[in-house]
Amino acid sequence: MTIAETLLGLLEPAPRHGYDLRREYDAQFGERRPVKPAQVYATLGRLARDGDIHVVSVEQVGGPERTTYALTPDGVTRLERWLTEPEAHTPYLQSVIFTKVILALRSGRPAERLLDAQRTAHVAAMRELLRRKSGADLTTVLSCDFTIFHLEADLRWLEHTAARLDKLAKELS
Amino acid sequence: MSEPLLHATGLHLAFGQTRALDGAGIEVRAGEMVALVGSSGSGKSTLLHCLAGILRPDSGEVVYRGARLDTLSEEARSRLRRDEFGFVFQFGSLVPELTAVENVALPLRLAGARRRGAEAKAREWLERLGVLDVAAKRPGEMSGGQGQRVAVARALVAGPRVVFADEPTGALDSFNGELVMEELMGAARAQGASVVLVTHETRIAAYADREIVLRDGRVTSPVVS
Ligand SMILES: Nc1ncnc2c1ncn2[C@@H]1O[C@H](COP(=O)(O)OP(=O)(O)OP(=O)(O)O)[C@@H](O)[C@H]1O
Ligand SMILES: [Mg+2]
Repeated sequence: MTIAETLLGLLEPAPRHGYDLRREYDAQFGERRPVKPAQVYATLGRLARDGDIHVVSVEQVGGPERTTYALTPDGVTRLERWLTEPEAHTPYLQSVIFTKVILALRSGRPAERLLDAQRTAHVAAMRELLRRKSGADLTTVLSCDFTIFHLEADLRWLEHTAARLDKLAKELS
Repeated sequence: MSEPLLHATGLHLAFGQTRALDGAGIEVRAGEMVALVGSSGSGKSTLLHCLAGILRPDSGEVVYRGARLDTLSEEARSRLRRDEFGFVFQFGSLVPELTAVENVALPLRLAGARRRGAEAKAREWLERLGVLDVAAKRPGEMSGGQGQRVAVARALVAGPRVVFADEPTGALDSFNGELVMEELMGAARAQGASVVLVTHETRIAAYADREIVLRDGRVTSPVVS
């Protein structure tokens, strides 16, 4: 998970408390998957324990306690390392579809329908994203583009596979 | 449901031994954008040309605004193409002897507009498609992608009722391809025009309201969105 590093990044410009961080996290990155409050507080605790952030102040104004954190030099180093490190690719979705195709063919089921249904679903998702990004701000556009291009890659794989299903079925039988 | 603007059924067309179309059909409603997809050689361009009255099918019907289009005389079909349709062809859309601005102004000139007005409007369209800088160049002096954008400008300039676009983004990188699609869609929406779009890129096809898949000259899946 990247919540820890993301929080470091959000903390870098100025000290903040957990509630603030969570709000900003969701506003910028949480569109698909909002972060849970407990996750934020637990991560902050771990970062403080590891010496990447430190407590600046603890206030209590009426409601619950608010702990304000700031980055330590170690935290800055960790953030910088993470920002320049290439990420491993995540072939997760493709491998599920792949598994379904293989299992369908091995059991003599028509894999064509599976591929068609997947294609239809992917294209529908793509259409929805194109609609969403039309006229939107650049942050939204680029966030949608990220998913659109990944869907496109899946779709190409679906096409390649669909064109060679007969051969694949023979190979598996 | 209203009558489709353009309607084709049971189209057959052979080039010698090759059955380019083998029973294909399609319906396009006013203001609708339909993508024709399918592998190379499946008959996409041939279907597009039949719908637009450029090719005449061996059999089957093409009905445009309630009247047979495929049985019209060559002269009547070219009048229709000039007055109601806009085209982006897969190859050689532009007149090689004319500059970009003259190419884009051409449909307006053919409809009787004066040169200055037509060229001013042509420039606006070149600018919208990001190719104003090639206004004075002839097709042979442009890059493939620039030529394609000039062709899209020309297809849209006269406010056609139907735009036929064969791989309008085929020579473009994905960013410029998107720019062309946004302009094409935006112009079509604003004018209530229908678009028949041929593409091999799913991401481009997803701009359309609907996708028609061709295989061996036949429609395999009229997927409704
Ligand atoms: N003028 C022609 N003369 C002879 N054969 C032709 C002609 N035009 C097309 N064909 C053949 O008809 C079939 C369909 O061609 P068409 O151009 O419609 O395919 P397409 O789907 O547009 O392919 P692509 O994606 O490669 O552009 C092909 O087998 C092609 O070789
Ligand atoms: Mg073609």
